[in-house]
Amino acid sequence: MSKVNSSNMELELYRPNIEDYLPTDSIQEPLGKLKLRDLLDISPTLREAGGAIVDAIERKLSIFFSVYVGRLRVISNLDSEDSFTRCFKSNPPETWNWNVYLFPLWCLGVVVRYGILFPVRALILTSGWIIFLSCYIPVHLLLKGHDKLRKKLERALVELICSFFVASWTGVVKYHGPRPCARPKQVFVANHTSMIDFIILEQTTAFAVIMQKHPGWVGLLQKTILESVGCILFNRSEAKDREIVSRKLREHVEGAENNPLLIFPEGTCVNNNYTVMFKKGAFELGSTVCPIAIKYNKIFVDAFWNSKKQSFTTHLLQLMTSWAVVCDVWYLEPQNMKPGETPIEFAERVREIISARAGIKMVPWDGFLKYSRPSPKHRERKQQAFAESVLRRLEDK
Amino acid sequence: MGNTSSMLTQYDIEEVQEHCNNTFSQQEIVSLYQRFCQLDRNSGGFISADEFLSVPEFAVNPLSQRLFRMIDGLNFKEFVAFLSAFSSRATLQHKVEYIFKVYDSDGNGKVAFSDLLDVLRDLTGQFISEQQRELVLTQVLEEAGYTKDSILVLSDFMKILGNSGLKMEVEIPVD
Repeated sequence: MSKVNSSNMELELYRPNIEDYLPTDSIQEPLGKLKLRDLLDISPTLREAGGAIVDAIERKLSIFFSVYVGRLRVISNLDSEDSFTRCFKSNPPETWNWNVYLFPLWCLGVVVRYGILFPVRALILTSGWIIFLSCYIPVHLLLKGHDKLRKKLERALVELICSFFVASWTGVVKYHGPRPCARPKQVFVANHTSMIDFIILEQTTAFAVIMQKHPGWVGLLQKTILESVGCILFNRSEAKDREIVSRKLREHVEGAENNPLLIFPEGTCVNNNYTVMFKKGAFELGSTVCPIAIKYNKIFVDAFWNSKKQSFTTHLLQLMTSWAVVCDVWYLEPQNMKPGETPIEFAERVREIISARAGIKMVPWDGFLKYSRPSPKHRERKQQAFAESVLRRLEDK
Repeated sequence: MGNTSSMLTQYDIEEVQEHCNNTFSQQEIVSLYQRFCQLDRNSGGFISADEFLSVPEFAVNPLSQRLFRMIDGLNFKEFVAFLSAFSSRATLQHKVEYIFKVYDSDGNGKVAFSDLLDVLRDLTGQFISEQQRELVLTQVLEEAGYTKDSILVLSDFMKILGNSGLKMEVEIPVD
C-alpha cells in the first residue's frame, strides 16, 4: 500500500506544468455575453463521459479551453479525456497452441527454450560478464591518468557487454540509417518500450543516457559502469531535481567530449503500439534532435516492460526464455526547431516522425498518469475553469 | 439475450441495432459489447455503479452522478441505446433529448430552475457561490425570455439548443 502512496506523491511532484502545454493563441477573450444556450449546452462534458465509458481515444490534439466566438467549450482536459489503459496494456499474442497437435509442439518448444536455449544463453551472458569485468576493472583502475584512452576503451567495453546481452536473447536487430556520430549540440530521442531499448542502441554506439535512479543491481550498474559512458541520474520524487537535471543536460550537450546523449522523452515504458506525449525537456536544449524509431516484432516476443508488474530481472529472464528478440531500429534525419515553433510543438513533430516510421499510433497522453489514477483534483480543476469563464463572461457586459 | 455467454450471435446484434435505431454499425456494436464485458467484471449482465466508477475518467467527470442514475443497472441493449446519442449518426433531436434527460432527473418531462441550478452546481463546484449561480441563471433566463419560475420542456430545449450544432460525438474504437 505504501508503494501506491509514494507513487501518488511522485505524480504530484512531477506533474508537468500544464501552462507549458497551452498553445499561445488558444485562449481568445470570449465575444458576446453569456447566453442560456451556453449554460444548457453540456455536450462537451457529456462527450467526455461517453468517451470514458466507451474507452475512446481522442485523436485530436486540442487541449484545454478553446473559446469560440460567443460560446464556451471545454474541448478536452489533458488528464482525463482519454483512455490511458490502452498504451500500457500488454496485448498477449493470440494463443496458437489450442488444439491437439499444436499443444505438444508448444510443449516441445517450452522444453527447448527452458532446457536448451536458456542455459546456453545464461552461459553466454555469464562469460560475457566475466570477460567484461576482467577488462573493465583493470582499465578503470590502471588508466586513471590517461583519460582519453580510458574513455575509449570503456566505451568499447560497454558496447561489448551490450552485444553480449543482445546475444543472450538471440537478438536480431536490423539497423537502418546512418550511425550516430558524436558531435556537440545534438541529442538523440527514441520511443521507449523497455530498458532493453537502451541496450540495443548501446550495442553499436556508446550513448550517454538519462535515467531514473533504480534500486538493486541495476542501480549498482548505473553508478559504476554507466557512469563511465556518462549517465545522468534523477529521482522522480525529488521536486527540486528538475532544475538540477536540466542544467546537467545542458552541460552535457554542450561538452564536445561527452558521448552523444540519448533521451527517452516519453518518460516511461509504453507497449510499442502507441507513443505517448513527449516531454519537452529534450527539445528545449537548443540543440539538434536526432530521432530514433524502435519497433519490436511481436511474433517473437512482447518486449514491453511493465515496470509496475515485473521487476527488470523477471523481464530479462522472460526475454532469455523466448525464442528471439527481433526488432528494427531506424536512425532518422536530424531535426531542428523551426523558427516560431515552441518546444512542445517541436516535440510533437518529432513524435510524429518517429511514430510514422515505426508504424505505431500517437496518443495524446501524459505518460506519468500510468503511475496514478486521476484524482478528484481533476474534477475540481475543470469546475474551476468553467466557473471562471462563466463569471468572466458575465462581467463582460 | 444470452448474458452468460460472451459470444454475440448475428441475431443479437441485429436486435440491438434495431433497438438503437441503427445509430451504430454492426462492427461498433461488437466493439461496444467487448467494452461492456470488460466493464462488467462480475459478469452479472449489467454494469453496476462501482464498475462504472472504476473508469477513472468517468469518475472525475462533473456530471458522473447524474449519469449514474441514468445508467445504473443497464443491460447491454439498454447500454447501447444509452450511448446512441454519442454516435455520429444520431440526429440533433436525439442529442437534445438526451441532454434534456440529463437535466430532468425525476423524469417528469419538466426542467425547473432547481434542476438547472443542480447541473450548474455540478459543473462549477465550489468555485462559484450559490448566490452567484442563482444570479447567473436568472440573468440568462430572463435574457432568453424566461423567468426564474419557468418550467422548461423538451420543445424549449429544442428551441434553445436546436440550431447550435451540438458536437457530442464519440468515436467507437473498432479494432
